Amino acid sequence: MGDQPIVARGLTKLFGDFTAVDGIDFQIERGEAFGFLGPNGAGKSSTMRMIGCVSPRTSGDLSIFGLDPSNDAAAIKARLGVVAQQDNLDEQLTVVENLVIYGRYFDLSRAEAKRRAAELLEFVQLTERSKSQVETLSGGMKRRLTIARSLINQPEVVLLDEPTTGLDPQARHILWDRLYRLKQQGVTLVLTTHYMDEAEQLCDRLVVMDGGRIVAEGSPRSLIDDHSSKDVVELRFEADQNEASAPALHGIGERMEVLPDRLLIYASDGEAALQEAHARGARPQSALVRRSTLEDVFLRLTGRNLVD
Amino acid sequence: MPSTIDRISASTSRTPSRRAIGRTWHHALHVVEWQLMAFRAVWRSSVLTSFVQPLMYVAGMGLGVGALVNRNASSTSALGGVRYVTYLAPGLLATTAMMVASMECMWPVLAGFKWQRTFHAMVASPLEPADIVLGEAIYVGLRSLLSAAAVAVALTIFPATRSSGLLLAVPFAGLCGLAFGMPIAAYAATRERDSAFPAMQRFVITPLFLFGGAFYPLKQLPVAAQALAKFAPLWHGVELCRAATLHRLQIGTAAVHVAYLLMWIAVGLVATVHSFRKKLLI
Ligand SMILES: Nc1ncnc2c1ncn2[C@@H]1O[C@H](COP(=O)(O)OP(=O)(O)OP(=O)(O)O)[C@@H](O)[C@H]1O
Ligand SMILES: [Mg+2]
Repeated sequence: MGDQPIVARGLTKLFGDFTAVDGIDFQIERGEAFGFLGPNGAGKSSTMRMIGCVSPRTSGDLSIFGLDPSNDAAAIKARLGVVAQQDNLDEQLTVVENLVIYGRYFDLSRAEAKRRAAELLEFVQLTERSKSQVETLSGGMKRRLTIARSLINQPEVVLLDEPTTGLDPQARHILWDRLYRLKQQGVTLVLTTHYMDEAEQLCDRLVVMDGGRIVAEGSPRSLIDDHSSKDVVELRFEADQNEASAPALHGIGERMEVLPDRLLIYASDGEAALQEAHARGARPQSALVRRSTLEDVFLRLTGRNLVD
Repeated sequence: MPSTIDRISASTSRTPSRRAIGRTWHHALHVVEWQLMAFRAVWRSSVLTSFVQPLMYVAGMGLGVGALVNRNASSTSALGGVRYVTYLAPGLLATTAMMVASMECMWPVLAGFKWQRTFHAMVASPLEPADIVLGEAIYVGLRSLLSAAAVAVALTIFPATRSSGLLLAVPFAGLCGLAFGMPIAAYAATRERDSAFPAMQRFVITPLFLFGGAFYPLKQLPVAAQALAKFAPLWHGVELCRAATLHRLQIGTAAVHVAYLLMWIAVGLVATVHSFRKKLLI
């Protein structure tokens, strides 16, 4: 089995006769940040919940720390940290109480739980709010507290299901910074996200999921190299003119994608492609040359956008 | 983490089933600790309510209804030859425990699944659904005991309701509370919304309060109503509490009542584990 903390083979989850996770294979290395990227309903949370031992798999193999979740759930969970997609803090308790009682679930002594709680509040910059009721925290603070709580047992692997969805850019950057530090301490991070920038920032390696399947796998850079061009030209024409403008631009770059609101030309040299488009008489309202991103990879692989 | 590893290796020498039971028990106590942490903020008002409410019933019903009943010799003999207030008082231990436990097992349970999702957070830790249910049961039992004890203290104020049997009536009332709490928790865990709870209070709890044998002997009711009242746990709890405070406890009858309450608790526990598992492990 090697040293991989998580290995899945043909992992499948059915809800009734609906297949949410469709026989996926992946393995996660110790100390890496591994991402599941995909749109709504791709099966990311279903996969994370199976890893977290709170969702029995329908078929396939799943090994976590060399153990089987269907036999050794409690022993596995003792070594995991979990940040679920939906917040589940106890709003009747204060910030610090949430951490201390959670530590007790892992059999920490009260003194040790308190000590770690204080340390973690410092780590997520919530020391000042230690005595506040959870109800009064902002969304970003709640997310930070949830992350702090997931670390109370000093887990080897932390599962983060959409850790920053719904947060403002500043709150997201604070969270990314904390996650980055965790990774530097050697903690294995497994996260799901809709956001390509998040995946590019945090993940060493990721899989792109769609409809319960893994459609691509690799580092953010290699995924872009393999599935997209170096540059992308984005052209926006007047409303409803995107489709009509396409034929005139045919053959420029390697590939063209017509979206309802814009036209994308994939090319190794974006500036040259844009000049060519202008030379052919295209008069877009706006034009932009940028590097390819995971969003483009996703569009290429599935024909759809990551975030609607 | 070291403590977990220590615990696992320390317990490998025991048989697996004993280890599993020990672990469940251990985990359940953490759940109780959590409940008490939350209860700490509200316990004063809760205990005060349990203390004051019976005083009002004893004063209102005891003085008002009692004055009428006690005047009538045949009524007094129907009550077993005691004053009305003496007859009524022990029933209040059972009804209070019933109400407190029922409340604890409706909205707070749904909050754990839906509004705050605290049970989902727990099951991501080493706690398993059965551990959570056992912890809930212990807590609901403690809450029932505490509220029954508050009633008992209130009843010691009046000579007519004071009795050494209150000491025994408190645990009987605790059983009665659990016998309601567990089946209700099993049901509450299957709900997506709280819309059924007020109806449950209106059509189950309140009728039992009025028709469950706390205020008058069941014999006063039509036979069908008697059968219904005897099916629910309350009457059995009331009978036990009353036998205790009036010093009329007969081992045989008491054992049957206790067994009946334990059956409700056992069935309720099994059903609650089932519905918690279904909600938490999907
Ligand atoms: N308990 C359930 N019962 C039935 N279907 C479910 C259940 N949980 C998830 N599904 C379905 O399984 C599919 C995958 O859901 P999942 O939550 O894993 O997606 P996701 O990738 O996490 O999506 P999102 O980005 O919206 O969180 C969806 O179509 C969803 O409706
Ligand atoms: Mg999800």
